[in-house]
Amino acid sequence: MTASLPSSPWAGRLRGLGAALFSLAATLLGLLFVTFIIGRVVPIDPVLAIVGERATEAQIAATRTALGLDQPLWQQFLIFVGNALQGDLGTSIRTGEPVLQAVSRAFPATLELATLATIIGVLAGVPAGVLAATRPGSLADHIVRLVGLMGYSMPVFWLGLIGLLLFYGVLGWVGGPGRLDAAFDMMYEFEVTPVSGMILIDTALAGRWDMFVNAISHLILPAGLLGYVSMAYISRMTRSFMMNELGQEYITTARVKGMPEWRVIWVHAMRNVLVPLITVIALSYAYLLEGSVLTETIFAWPGLGSYITDALMVNDMPAVLGGTVVVGVAFVLLNLLSDLLYRLVDPRAR
Amino acid sequence: MTLLSVKNLRVSFDTEAGLVEAVRGVSFSLGRERLGIVGESGSGKTMTGRSVLRLVRPPGRIEAEEMRFDGQDLMALSERDMRRLRGPRIAMVMQDPKYSLNPVMKVGDQLMEGLRQRDRLSRSEARAKAVAALEAVQIRDPERVLEAYPHELSGGMGQRVMIAMMLIPNPDLLIADEPTSALDVTVQAEVLSILDGLVRDRGMGLIFISHDLRLVARFCDRVLVMYKGRVVEELAARDLLAARHPYTQGLLNCLPRIGGDRGPLPGLDRNAEWAR
Repeated sequence: MTASLPSSPWAGRLRGLGAALFSLAATLLGLLFVTFIIGRVVPIDPVLAIVGERATEAQIAATRTALGLDQPLWQQFLIFVGNALQGDLGTSIRTGEPVLQAVSRAFPATLELATLATIIGVLAGVPAGVLAATRPGSLADHIVRLVGLMGYSMPVFWLGLIGLLLFYGVLGWVGGPGRLDAAFDMMYEFEVTPVSGMILIDTALAGRWDMFVNAISHLILPAGLLGYVSMAYISRMTRSFMMNELGQEYITTARVKGMPEWRVIWVHAMRNVLVPLITVIALSYAYLLEGSVLTETIFAWPGLGSYITDALMVNDMPAVLGGTVVVGVAFVLLNLLSDLLYRLVDPRAR
Repeated sequence: MTLLSVKNLRVSFDTEAGLVEAVRGVSFSLGRERLGIVGESGSGKTMTGRSVLRLVRPPGRIEAEEMRFDGQDLMALSERDMRRLRGPRIAMVMQDPKYSLNPVMKVGDQLMEGLRQRDRLSRSEARAKAVAALEAVQIRDPERVLEAYPHELSGGMGQRVMIAMMLIPNPDLLIADEPTSALDVTVQAEVLSILDGLVRDRGMGLIFISHDLRLVARFCDRVLVMYKGRVVEELAARDLLAARHPYTQGLLNCLPRIGGDRGPLPGLDRNAEWAR
């Protein structure tokens, strides 16, 4: 007697993909809806923000019609969605520049920072978490927990200011605020083709290694700072996931087979830890993409966080909403990516 | 010839609630024969089996006056030397393949792991051996099973995979810890007969841990009956049904019999005196 295996999993996989795409579309529509509603409920009159307080009745009415605000709400929403789908996120009141254009300049700066920070967070946090999990109660475990707790509880702006003061002001080891030294700023503008908008990638593609090094010296402190925060979270979660996996019976099996401890931990347990850890890393990455406003402010980083904050200060709602939509889309896409990776590492989810 | 001799084995856990002694002075010896260990849950039978592999999780501590395997003192071996014994010399089949196989690794990779990592075989050589091992446990389409993940296998198939995996390096001693308790009754018989045949053919020593006395009586040469971390009775399997110890008799009496009396089953008589 031999039990037989289920048929090819491809059909199921395709169905899963279809469901994922449908939920992606629904989520994006929901995102636009919420953003739209927020734009309508905040006590900022978009007409007044454009024409100013001394405009005549006729001017106000004309602008209202031009913005489509005289139409019923559901129609306004359809127009908003239609425009967004065509890449039109409106025009900034403050600068008169299409929001998408400004955002596509600011977003790569944030993306570069958040990506490097996440890489740092993963490279430091995963081994730290594993170390702590394999020696619970040891000195290493306590150190990892303490360092993590500090990352959790110290305000980022304070760490940022102290970091700047120490490493830039006193020691002079790193570049200061901004993405490049002033001398390189102009050069970058004229001599480097902006392929990705991320300085490290663009300067490397252009072979401008002097600029590349300078960009790193500016990036390393804010990225290290955010990486620390992300490391605190990732190491904590890794520790708890790893402890859980090491208690499972298949770990004993691997040991019974005579496998060395490094293989038991880094192959057998780690593959299982990755399943929930992917979601954690994606969440932390998404958090950095949307939430590094304070860091961007302190380091004069011309990223999306600064852009939205500046826009909010002057009631520039189209810019705020446009920026919000882009952050939301990044969040949703990241979720989709982590979902796909999850399926890749966990055969049971396929 | 003695393969394994254990003298005064103790396993204790220093927990926050105080010292818990799971095994308290167990002694036995084993040749190339089949030894059954029976007892209810918590009697220490699993811990006895795992001690032989020195795989009791912290804070568990193993102590023994003597634990010799094939002339080597297991208590004195370094962790590294102990690892060399695990797999090729002493192996263990655990209760439920649902938990004892790695859920995210292909069955083939798990089967071939020892061959690839320890014996440094090429992929195709390892694969050929894995296929042969699966055929030996009567799996009909081994090529397909190698590509499957554990959750795609039934319990009976998973346990056969587990047995195949443990028998690949041809160990001298196999510890089977309730190898059929998680399986359906019909599948149990098949898996048992496969295990029986392989152990017999290869002349291995077997420690068969179970709570099912009748099964053990049929399957083993000799039986240890454990209660509260101690051996209360040791006897030849054929004498089991004539056991004198009240605890063993109790274990036998609480099994229902087909065609037997339909009245309520007697509860197990537990006497702290026996555990002294």
